[in-house]
Order: sequence, then C-alpha cells, then structure tokens
Amino acid sequence: MSFDFEKLQRAVRERFDSEVLEWTVFREQHCLHLAPERIVDVLRFLRDEPAFNFAMLTDVTALDHLKLPASMEHWARERFAVVYHLNSLEHGARLRVKAYVPEEPCEIDSVSGVWASANWGEREVFDMYGIVFRGHPDLRRILTPDHFDGHPLRKDYPLKGRGERDNFPKYTEIPERG
Amino acid sequence: MNAPAESAPGLKSGDAGFITTRLQALKEWGRRNSLWPMPFGTACCAIEMMATLSSRYDLARFGAEVIRFSPRQSDLMIVSGRISIKMMPVLIDIYNQMPEPKWCISMGACASSGGVFDTYTLVQGVDQFIPVDVYIPGCPPRPESLVDAVMLIQEKIKRGERQTKLYDRTTHPLDFEPVALVSDAVQAPPALTGSHHSLPNKDAQTARELDWNTAANIARREGKALPLGSG
Ligand code: SF4
Repeated sequence: MSFDFEKLQRAVRERFDSEVLEWTVFREQHCLHLAPERIVDVLRFLRDEPAFNFAMLTDVTALDHLKLPASMEHWARERFAVVYHLNSLEHGARLRVKAYVPEEPCEIDSVSGVWASANWGEREVFDMYGIVFRGHPDLRRILTPDHFDGHPLRKDYPLKGRGERDNFPKYTEIPERG
Repeated sequence: MNAPAESAPGLKSGDAGFITTRLQALKEWGRRNSLWPMPFGTACCAIEMMATLSSRYDLARFGAEVIRFSPRQSDLMIVSGRISIKMMPVLIDIYNQMPEPKWCISMGACASSGGVFDTYTLVQGVDQFIPVDVYIPGCPPRPESLVDAVMLIQEKIKRGERQTKLYDRTTHPLDFEPVALVSDAVQAPPALTGSHHSLPNKDAQTARELDWNTAANIARREGKALPLGSG
C-alpha cells in the first residue's frame, strides 16, 4: 500500500497555504518547506490527522546555510533551517519538514509539546546551532559541557575551536572537602 | 628411607627451604606479575583492548586479566579511546582514586595525541593531565602492541620506576592557571556572525552552580573555602 503524498500535499496546502514555501521530491523522499511561524500547528496537524498519522518524530536537526556554494544558493532562504523527520508507522511513510529560521532572531517555537522526543533533539540543535526553541521546558546544552561557549556546528565556528580544548574547567588534584 | 636424602642432599630435608632476596624486589615481583588494569575504554581502541583480554591473546599470561571497574582495586590505568573535554575531568577523578603505586598506558593515537580528531572538543593527548608511562602508537594498536605495553610496564616495575606524585596543580609541567569559564581564556576569538546564545542567565553565579569542579577552581583562585558537594 503506497502512501498518497498527493493527498497529503493538497491537505497541507489547503490548510496552511501561507506557510508552505515549496514541496520537493528527491528520490521519492518528500520534503515540505515551511515558514517558521506556525510550525507547531502544521506538525500537530500532520500528527493528528488520521489519514496521515505521523505519530513518530525520528529526528530534529538543523542546517546552517552560511557560505553555501553559489550553485546551491536557492536553498538558503534563511541562514538556518530546522529539519524534522516524521515517520508514519501506520502508513509506512516518511516526511521531511524544513522550517527556515533567520539569523536574527534565531528562534522558533518548540514542538516538544507535540512529540516528547523533540525535547532532547531540540536541545541538541540549540547546543550545536544556537537556535532557541520558544516554550521548550528545559533548554540546556546536552552534548557539550555546561560551560561551553558558542555553537560548534555553525559554519563560522573554527574546527579546532576557540581554545576550549586547552582551557576548560578541570582540577588536577584531589580536593579536600571543606 | 634414607636413599632420597642421599641422592639429592638437602632437597627434602629442609636445608634449602628458603632463598634470600630484598623485600623490595619481592614486592616488585609480586606487583608486576599481578597487575590489575582499570579499563578506560571510550572508543574503538577499547575493542582491541577487549580482544587482548579475551582468550586469543590472553592477557592472563601476564597476570593482568582481572579487569576491575573499580579504581580502588586497580593499579594500571589503560586509557583506550578518545577523551573529550567533558570526559577528561572524569578520567582525572578516576585516576586520582586509584591507590598508589599506579601506572598508566595511553593506548592509541587518540589518547596519546588526539589522533585524527584535531577538533574543538577533543583533548590533544591525555598526558597533558595525567602522567603516562607507556604510549602505544596505532589506530587502533594491535593486541600484540598492548601486550608489549604491559610487558614494558612490568619492566618499569622491575626497575622500580613509578610515578610517585599525583599531578596536581603545583607539579603540573604546564603550570597552568585553572580557568573557570572558557570565555575567560579565549584570546581574540575569531569573529562569529549572528547572535550566539549563551546559557539562559549565564553569569558567574550560574557557572559556580554548574559543577563542583568549576566551583572548586573558582574558590581556590579566590582563596575561599571550597564548596560542599560531591567531587
Ligand atoms: S586511535 Fe583509532 S582506534 Fe583508537 S580510539 Fe582513536 S580512532 Fe579509535
């Protein structure tokens, strides 16, 4: 049984026409490009509509379009894009949703209220890209140490860091308790 | 019944029932043939370490098969794998918890020098922070190399060499000032575009609450009493 992406596209465009920027298909992978404002509504619709039932959020990640080669510049609507990978277990379909986030303000609404699994994914995106998720219950760094400064997956972040690996909080003696 | 005593005089009569040695040599003999490794396996090198310990390469032949996951019971730290800046304080903690005398093997390119991971988050060689006795090159080193390293450690023990001191701040070769916040220590960081969001409410006070190590460092630098809490 193949999933009817045409129907999905029609339904999304019908309800959220102003939000949909583009619908692309690459090697049978469907991707919905969105403006960020109503991301929670769109994703909640995709999850709750019985005909689609994207009950599972596999991943939340992001892209930094800085310094994209000229041949690919049409993808860089904004500097960042937050990417949601949805999975419909019932219909055996996957959908990628990209929401474009500008450099300033670097913010988007959190979908951790829609899928609980978004909680850590969004923390990772915050940690690596510095995109702030409004309404997130616990937006702390998740991979880098708490005292880390900067967001290392941004394209302008130097690969060797800015001195973190030589200057990090550490103690090298057995502390006396006191 | 006197025939055996005559054919091998003294053998069973109790006459040859002792040897003389130095107590130190006896202790070292015991130590080097009964090393208790503490595995600090954080990456792919740990797989080779496991291979070394299992039946094919059989580290038991060198008396070092009892892997202890408690630092209190071990005397040979094997650092096998990448150590990130978040993991390094843990490694130092565990190293400091091992009782003296103790030895350390830095296994593989990553533990010894950062290896191919010349990146923002990886410690470029654990010997910056803990004393290392034997380095093993390779990515990953073959089990034979680890066996060789253990034998080199045994040689060192035989010669009576050991690291008697903890690397503390006063004996650290780089003699660094502990830093509280990364941003304190960054010299002329490259300009970044766009807003960089810090932790919510990140200031010195929150940094103090972040982890005990940081707080202890700040307290030490400011000459204050160390904070209560678990190290
Ligand atoms: S040295 Fe090679 S095998 Fe060992 S941890 Fe590093 S990458 Fe993995």
